Amino acid sequence: MEGTFFMVLAACALVPAWFAVRGSNLIHAALWLGASLLATAAVYAMLGASFLAGVQVLVYVGGVITLMIFGVMMTRRHEGLVALAESRHQGRAAAIAVTLFAVFAQAINATDGLDAPLSAPVSANGSALGRALVVDHVLAFEALSLLLLAAIVGAVVIARRRDPPDERGAEVAS
Amino acid sequence: MTLAGCLTLAAALFSLGVHGLLTRRQAVAVLVSVELMANAANLCFVAFSRFRGDVTGQALAVFALALTVAEVAVGLALVILLYRAHGDTRVDLASEMKQ
Repeated sequence: MEGTFFMVLAACALVPAWFAVRGSNLIHAALWLGASLLATAAVYAMLGASFLAGVQVLVYVGGVITLMIFGVMMTRRHEGLVALAESRHQGRAAAIAVTLFAVFAQAINATDGLDAPLSAPVSANGSALGRALVVDHVLAFEALSLLLLAAIVGAVVIARRRDPPDERGAEVAS
Repeated sequence: MTLAGCLTLAAALFSLGVHGLLTRRQAVAVLVSVELMANAANLCFVAFSRFRGDVTGQALAVFALALTVAEVAVGLALVILLYRAHGDTRVDLASEMKQ
């Protein structure tokens, strides 16, 4: 029963991922990515990581997908046109991806003990995860908050207009 | 559901991401592919966390998630900068980032 459900979830993650990678409409690709991430969140929930599943839905599906759609909309050249995602090197890229997957699958098959049924979930209510985050790994946690701040400030600095209006104002306006 | 199943799913997602990374030319589409690959890595963390009965893998997944979000924020700022500089978002235009 659980195995069947996992197979369904895996299909729900892989099929949208395929469309996210191959689709020609960028907005649709971002939305397909969201669907794939939702299915992954369901897999997290199955693995007993309910907090992480919630974070995945909130941060990825809620935040990152919205950001990406904004990114597509703000950089679209002509109103009303479909944002076409051109593709190149199809054959070689497919060969590399298939080879990579074959190597991974071979490594997984060659390793003993991976087929054993999984043990009980670590913690049902996420208290162990909270302790790991802000007690055991508090230094990494704080460094990460600093990194997020730096990323936000950096994104603002990179994306702001830096042309003074007196120099290139006419060019920007035209 | 076994660890091997989760790892195979992660490997397939990662390979799809690699395929997209190699074929896509639009910067946002490249970002989508990178997200797919980061998500596959996260899935591995969570699966191993459950396999080992240790919550550290989940903590690592949370950290990796936050890192990915920071990467997307900076990446989209770069996309906007690229669009402003060249009027297009193809990544091969970014061989020179100076305006």
